Amino acid sequence: MLNRLKSVEGSLFGVIIALGIVLSLTTDSFLTVQNMFDLLNNQAVNIIFAVGLVVVLVSGGIDISFSITASVVQYVAVSLVLSLGGGNWVIGFAFAMATGLMLGLVNAFLIHKFRIVSIIVTIGTFNLFFGLLMYFTRGRSIYDIPDWLYYRIPVFEFASATLYLPIVVAIVLAFVTWFFMTKIGFGRMIVGFGSDPEAARRSGVNIAFIQAFAYGWLGLCAGIGGLMQAHIVQEVVPNALYGRELDILAAVVLGGAVLGGGRGTVIGAILGVMLLAVVQNGLNLLGITPFAFKAIVGLIILMAITATNIDRLLPKRAARVEG
Amino acid sequence: MTELAIRARSITKRFGGFTALDNVEFELRPGEIHCLAGENGCGKSTLIKIINGVYQPEPGAQFDFSGQEAVGHITPSSAKRLGIHVIWQDLSLFPDLSVAENICFDAFVANPLRGIGRAQKLERAQKTIEQLGVQLDPKARVGDLSIAKRQLVAICRVIQAEARIVFMDEPTASLTQKETETLLQIVRRLSEQGISIVFVSHRLGEVLDVCERVTVLRDGKLVGTFPTEGMTQKKLSTLMTGKELDQTPRAGDVDGERMLVLKHLTRRGEYEDISFDLRKGEILGLTGLMGSGRTEIALSIFGMTSPDSGELRLDGKEVKFRSNRDAIDAGVAYVSEDRLNLGLDQQQSIADNTASTVLKELSQPSFFLNPKRIRELCDLWIEKLKTKVSDPMLPVSSLSGGNQQRIVLAKWLATNPKVLVLDSPTVGVDVGAKAGIFEIIRNLAKEGMAIILISDEASEIFHHTDRTIVLKAGRVARSFKTSEVSEEELEGIINA
Repeated sequence: MLNRLKSVEGSLFGVIIALGIVLSLTTDSFLTVQNMFDLLNNQAVNIIFAVGLVVVLVSGGIDISFSITASVVQYVAVSLVLSLGGGNWVIGFAFAMATGLMLGLVNAFLIHKFRIVSIIVTIGTFNLFFGLLMYFTRGRSIYDIPDWLYYRIPVFEFASATLYLPIVVAIVLAFVTWFFMTKIGFGRMIVGFGSDPEAARRSGVNIAFIQAFAYGWLGLCAGIGGLMQAHIVQEVVPNALYGRELDILAAVVLGGAVLGGGRGTVIGAILGVMLLAVVQNGLNLLGITPFAFKAIVGLIILMAITATNIDRLLPKRAARVEG
Repeated sequence: MTELAIRARSITKRFGGFTALDNVEFELRPGEIHCLAGENGCGKSTLIKIINGVYQPEPGAQFDFSGQEAVGHITPSSAKRLGIHVIWQDLSLFPDLSVAENICFDAFVANPLRGIGRAQKLERAQKTIEQLGVQLDPKARVGDLSIAKRQLVAICRVIQAEARIVFMDEPTASLTQKETETLLQIVRRLSEQGISIVFVSHRLGEVLDVCERVTVLRDGKLVGTFPTEGMTQKKLSTLMTGKELDQTPRAGDVDGERMLVLKHLTRRGEYEDISFDLRKGEILGLTGLMGSGRTEIALSIFGMTSPDSGELRLDGKEVKFRSNRDAIDAGVAYVSEDRLNLGLDQQQSIADNTASTVLKELSQPSFFLNPKRIRELCDLWIEKLKTKVSDPMLPVSSLSGGNQQRIVLAKWLATNPKVLVLDSPTVGVDVGAKAGIFEIIRNLAKEGMAIILISDEASEIFHHTDRTIVLKAGRVARSFKTSEVSEEELEGIINA
């Protein structure tokens, strides 16, 4: 138990609770069912992105193109169902997942086949996908989205506050990701590959498949996230998600994932997202000017990362130079 | 006669025009501890890779495993099915996974979709750990373990995978004597359980100690397979190199002026009350077990850490180094133990590595670095140290271990040091190259350099030092003229 508390997830959880207590005492509206549900509803898309991204980070890669993947998917998906005469949730989901998966596989293909560093590949596809999207759409938004996508779907009601479909989708994706990452051998192979790719190769791990899976899974999550985002804001704006990738990346790293691979958990990624969300929410409720938000969030990211690294910076007496 | 675990005949392997193995034979008995010996580049790794299916031999090769003729190609997975496993020198473990997960990793790969519970993993790992009779915490993260413990994890992993034949590539290269002994005990235990072990090691002493037979390769050809009974280190190195090595111990009477003087030097938690002199032209052996403080003292002499109390005198003057830059300027050079990572920038060229310690000097008086002067410096040291280099502009990683070690030496000798500290300079270097490095060290001493040689190999200390200081728990346990003891006595003193 003590070890759990000492882990990144444990300390993040502690910080979120502490922040929550402070905000409950200083504001009237923080600790209300309405506010809690709002927080969850608003973070659904971010959580979907984060659980996809953590798989890529654990496998030793990085992907910054997923927010654009989401944008492309929502634009193409909505245009397609409109041209089909409306469509429904099944078609919407199937199409979003397939397109997202495909774009993720493009990344994986370039990374694996041409041995290009993942950050460069995804900077490339980020610009390529976004450029193509802007070129073909001329930056026009779609306001007239189909009815099934327009109306919110309540899933759980409590004290006149409601949780909607996206958070359920987020929880399902988080659960599935958590399951295959921790409960079956395949997830351990992803961690092993991120930890030492050469050792994994020598152990007979199919590296091409691991990479295709990691980027494909993120693409699939991004596709679903894109659809959910369109559902929540009830419109499709091609550049609405532009820039979101860095917030998610910071949140996932806050949650204990390491850029070199091998470390990171689904729970940590979600807690990272929730920490940033609670901070934003708190700043809102405390009436602090929105112009200061970015700076404060940036500061918190830097502080949290420093804090989780502090034990590595302190001189260690126990681990002496061998010899 | 019992059936052989492996019988491989007529093994030839060519890479382009280069013949790496030429009609080699190899036999391994069940439960045998066998050594594969030879200098770097003699074809040992090629042979291992062929038996494990990583490389395919030229047609005509014949393999029998446990008396049955192997049909068709051996592939890495068919080798594993036959129970043949390799523990590579880098161990191929996963630092971010737990000990238990590393041990069970092959089960994950074999069955990726199977659910494996935490308790089940721990139980399986625990069973293997107990079977080996070692101390390991299955929940620990492998990245937090020492190299010696990781070695044990790697062994547990092949045992968990039901290995019958285990190739171990330089398993002791980065272990201390004590850890090596533990490892050798385990190897013996495995052999009692009927598992055959093939050992590749540059430490001839331990090879003769633990192995029953030794197969010697030289330049891709089989020299022969010999029983280790009656074999001496000297005879074995002659078989490996094809030449007699000069290893006369040093006389030990050096009366040059005192170059380095340590008086009651103390750094809390690392070493205490260390006093000794080092004279011009002297080679001083600094030895002791892991954690005895040998490297820590060297780091203080080199200005990387500062002592809490005591006095350090260099060439008659008291010195207090604030950083290693001060120490380098004062004439101290330190060749670190971890040559591959700390001593050299593997991707940089040989010339740039050689010049890296004297960039300031090379860029005077014009401020800009002069590539011609870098080349000249590099050529000078290549010649002086007889380094085999085809082109100084190639990356250091293109050189063999022994030649890399020479580049590290060159890099430090370029600073024109008065005191040279060598930390385990022959780790991972083969016999022939070792002899070459000691020849250089002895010549440097002859030219008047004061040298500290840190090593835990009794034979190195015995043959190449004038005086020996044995450290124990951060203190000087014994200090004596090396020629006063025999090699066997020295071995006992180090491991006491």
